[in-house]
Amino acid sequence: MTAVRAGWILTQRNLAHWARQPWAPIFGLMFSIMLLLVFGFLFGGAITVPGGGDYITFLLPGMLALSMMFGVETTATAMANDARKGITDRFRSLPIGSASVALGRVGADLANSAVELLVLIGGGLLIGWRITSDPASAAFAVLLLLLFRFSMLWIGIFVGLAFRGEGSTMAVQVLVWPIGFLSTAIVSAETMPDWLGAIAAWNPLSATATAARSLFGNPTGITEGPLADSSVWLAVGWPLLLTAVFLPLSARAYRRLRSG
Amino acid sequence: MNLEAEGLRKRYGDVRALDGFDLAVPPGVIHGLLGPNGAGKTTAVKALATLVDVDGGTARVAGFDVRNEAAKVRKRIGLIGQNAAVDEILGGRQNLVMFGRLYGLSKGDARAKADGLLDMFGLTDAAERAVSTYSGGMRRRLDIAAGFILTPAVLFLDEPTTGLDPRARNEVWAAVREVAAAGTTVLLTTQYLDEADQLAARISVMNHGRVVADDTPAALKRQIGGDRVTVTIAADQPLESVAEQLAAAVGLPAVPDTEAHSLTFEVGAGVTGLATVVRALDDLEITPEDLVLRRPTLDEVFLTLTAAPQEAAR
Repeated sequence: MTAVRAGWILTQRNLAHWARQPWAPIFGLMFSIMLLLVFGFLFGGAITVPGGGDYITFLLPGMLALSMMFGVETTATAMANDARKGITDRFRSLPIGSASVALGRVGADLANSAVELLVLIGGGLLIGWRITSDPASAAFAVLLLLLFRFSMLWIGIFVGLAFRGEGSTMAVQVLVWPIGFLSTAIVSAETMPDWLGAIAAWNPLSATATAARSLFGNPTGITEGPLADSSVWLAVGWPLLLTAVFLPLSARAYRRLRSG
Repeated sequence: MNLEAEGLRKRYGDVRALDGFDLAVPPGVIHGLLGPNGAGKTTAVKALATLVDVDGGTARVAGFDVRNEAAKVRKRIGLIGQNAAVDEILGGRQNLVMFGRLYGLSKGDARAKADGLLDMFGLTDAAERAVSTYSGGMRRRLDIAAGFILTPAVLFLDEPTTGLDPRARNEVWAAVREVAAAGTTVLLTTQYLDEADQLAARISVMNHGRVVADDTPAALKRQIGGDRVTVTIAADQPLESVAEQLAAAVGLPAVPDTEAHSLTFEVGAGVTGLATVVRALDDLEITPEDLVLRRPTLDEVFLTLTAAPQEAAR
């Protein structure tokens, strides 16, 4: 059996989980919507966007990127659970390619994230966010967001397989916050102290958030530096680089299950 | 031989999980792999099922080398690990259909196979329910059914009844017999002597990563002797002198246990032995605190089997 066919069967399995237990993805969605509302209305009044522009229109693409990053949790937790419960061992004893298990995760999590993007975009339109560019650019922005999610998938698969204990999931849940906030997803890097802003500008999340803003035709909050000039290139390059690092690490972690 | 291992070795750090493990099982029988926790049973199963790489030795499963022909081995085996490795969130039928398709069956064939297996293992009524609502015995049976989708040449069962109540245990035993009746070779690991005795045609006793005895259950039982009667003596009576008197009256050596303040006799055939001990106690006018007739424990099996070669060497 080809790894792709087995991957498709395992994608269906992971999607069937959500059909049986819809609360997990629904809570995930509600959480993203809550964050959007908290920042949009609770904190948003106090935040100004460098270079001008409405905060909600600035915020929404950032929230889209942030929710793609938070997806790393879903992936890592699911991988670790399967490995702990012995079902990964059973998959490994089947005559299917070793890439299948990861492909099943990729398929299901990308589908979940695509739905999440659609819901957040719909929610954004309801609270006054607008796409002011052309449909092709907007579609490209969505693709870049999914590419970013794709790179997060491999980090999640690696973490879930390599550190299977309950603690690893906790560590991911805690770490996504500082990494998520130390970016331009919610506030512009230009409002931060210089050194902090420099770190935030180099966060891969910032590249995707800024690229999505400029492609949707929203204010970017960035007036100078590499992010202002070439955010789209960075939003392509960062995920590819992360994938190039973490895909082989994931494969190695999967093979290592064999010596343990 | 359907299962063959010679001198398998596997180390985890300083621990020699397998230290010269040998096995030979002909087709179509249930073979028991008996040993205490940490004897290396699970590692042996994982090595034979191609899930861990061994450091040395050779093994052939269903005619194929586990190292060089792992993919061919995988097509011919089913593995049921210690945790029921089925999807808890999905239903029983969903699980079987998924595994069937992963084994390469078409959707229709996988569905038909799933229905047949649900019926064979008595799970038809629970087919649509989420597996998380199943009892331990049902979950284990579903697990075995999933391992049986392709009617494998060899089925590995790693401690299939650990943690199950007696009724569930009987259900699982019936399922294992069904599997063997269909012509599959079964390698069953267990910590329970009576389980191996009930199911297996032959038993390998394992300790410290190697097989210390390999024989039929009947022959093994002859080696380790008959039933035990354990007499717990009241705390105010001296264990040593009671042991002497009682041993003389029963006509068998008494094995004292100072901690439990008890004496154990190896009595051979159970009930008559018990009667002999009771008569002796009566004659000596000793009132025991407790009196138990029991099968040899696994500890005693290992003591006997691991002590035997040393005694012979003396």
